[in-house]
Amino acid sequence: MSRYSALGLLRGALNGQKHWQPAWRDPEPKAHYDIIIIGGGGHGLATAYYLAKVHGLRNIAVLEKGWLGGGNTGRNTTIVRSNYRLEPLHNLFEFGLKLWHGLSDELNYNVMFSPRGAMFLGHSDADMVKLAERGDAMRCDGIDADLMTRDEVAKLEPLLDMSRDARFPIQGGLIQRRGGSARHDAVAWGYARGADSLGVDIIQKCEVTGFVRDGNAVVGVETTRGRIGAGRVGICVAGHSGHVAAMAGLKLPVESQTLQAMVTEGVKPMINSVIMSQSLHCYISQSDKGGIVFGGDPDNWPSYAQRGHPMVMEGAVAQGLALVPALSRLRMVRTWSGVTDMSFDGAPIIGETPVPNLYINGGWCYGGFKATPASGWTYAHTLATGKPHPLNAPFSLDRFERGATIDETGSGPMPNSR
Amino acid sequence: MMQITCPHCGPRAQSEFIYERTVDSVVPLDAAPEQAMATLFARTNPRGVDEEIWRHTYGCRAWLIMTRHRVTNEISAARAVGPEALP
Repeated sequence: MSRYSALGLLRGALNGQKHWQPAWRDPEPKAHYDIIIIGGGGHGLATAYYLAKVHGLRNIAVLEKGWLGGGNTGRNTTIVRSNYRLEPLHNLFEFGLKLWHGLSDELNYNVMFSPRGAMFLGHSDADMVKLAERGDAMRCDGIDADLMTRDEVAKLEPLLDMSRDARFPIQGGLIQRRGGSARHDAVAWGYARGADSLGVDIIQKCEVTGFVRDGNAVVGVETTRGRIGAGRVGICVAGHSGHVAAMAGLKLPVESQTLQAMVTEGVKPMINSVIMSQSLHCYISQSDKGGIVFGGDPDNWPSYAQRGHPMVMEGAVAQGLALVPALSRLRMVRTWSGVTDMSFDGAPIIGETPVPNLYINGGWCYGGFKATPASGWTYAHTLATGKPHPLNAPFSLDRFERGATIDETGSGPMPNSR
Repeated sequence: MMQITCPHCGPRAQSEFIYERTVDSVVPLDAAPEQAMATLFARTNPRGVDEEIWRHTYGCRAWLIMTRHRVTNEISAARAVGPEALP
């Protein structure tokens, strides 16, 4: 694999751009792999990359039913942050955030990570107390968090409606300056190119239709391209975890819901950071192309339909316009929604399943994109060694029966109340 | 948006209804702890048809059970229930 560089671009300018090679191979599946990862999204590809890079394994396949990054990796709002209050969550996401900061160099692929600051808005005294509590919890573990006054918020985002009679008055905020956004497709493509160059077979248009069992243990998968044997199989299909796990006879603490997002036409820079309001449920940022990216609520009812609902879009846009009235003249050009695994405590599930040789990585709710490097790194450890990584150990599947749930919002065991 | 036919009020906009949970996740009062845990925390979550409990919250406030396809959103049945009809 040739390295991408400025010199390569220059060379291309002289030879009519004829030297470019495909970024990854399109191999036929082999009869057996040491490790098979189901799902060629960001998490699956990152897992394969770190299995090869960190653990030195080579006989690995990633099976993708459609095309790389065509699921939730391409259907999110690309926000990257680690500002969670609970220790297991912020430790995992902070590990990921550190990887994000070096990811373009690591992969020799520009993932366009832009640490422009991720800011939560506080709309009331109670909001500010909660934000302070969250910031304190983060700073105790060495993660950056700054509580902002009303004036500081207004200075960072002059277009916010800061008037006293605003629909959602703003009292202050909490910012994580190292947070920001990244280019979603580039993350999948960068990891795919990196994994492929280390010998990982990435097999697209290959849907898993069942598991091959020897007794209780999984020893391979049935696919639309034939039977493939495996030493260990890792499910990494968040959004469809329930569907795939059911093939192995498992019922998961997960309900699938669609999560709404949309983008406007491109305009000159007007939103400087990532503006988030968790009291509402509105996420606003500006892409490098200039489009204003809106994130909204999940649908709050189970769905595998990868399309949005006008009712939910209207809610998100109404909140966004109330916060930033200047957006009212923009035209919406695209909407999309991803199918998210809503777990029953709002935290991901990574680790062993009751079925030998079968592992799971899912339940990311609406927060999977930012975790891509951390999820891949720790899941690779689990798949390579068969044991939890210290960072993913708290997120085991059996935490629900042990009463050890990780409930950041404290909203109890119903995904639709999150 | 879906249109849901409330057994009491007739066809209404989905925005009047709120999803509660699936029929198979109602925990019986006399359930053993293991069974209660499994019922409360595990879902079949099919990429197909499931039976769901919804409530006409911003209408007659009655509970109903809907049979709905999770991909196409097609509602094949919506019937009235009372607390005594739940398992």
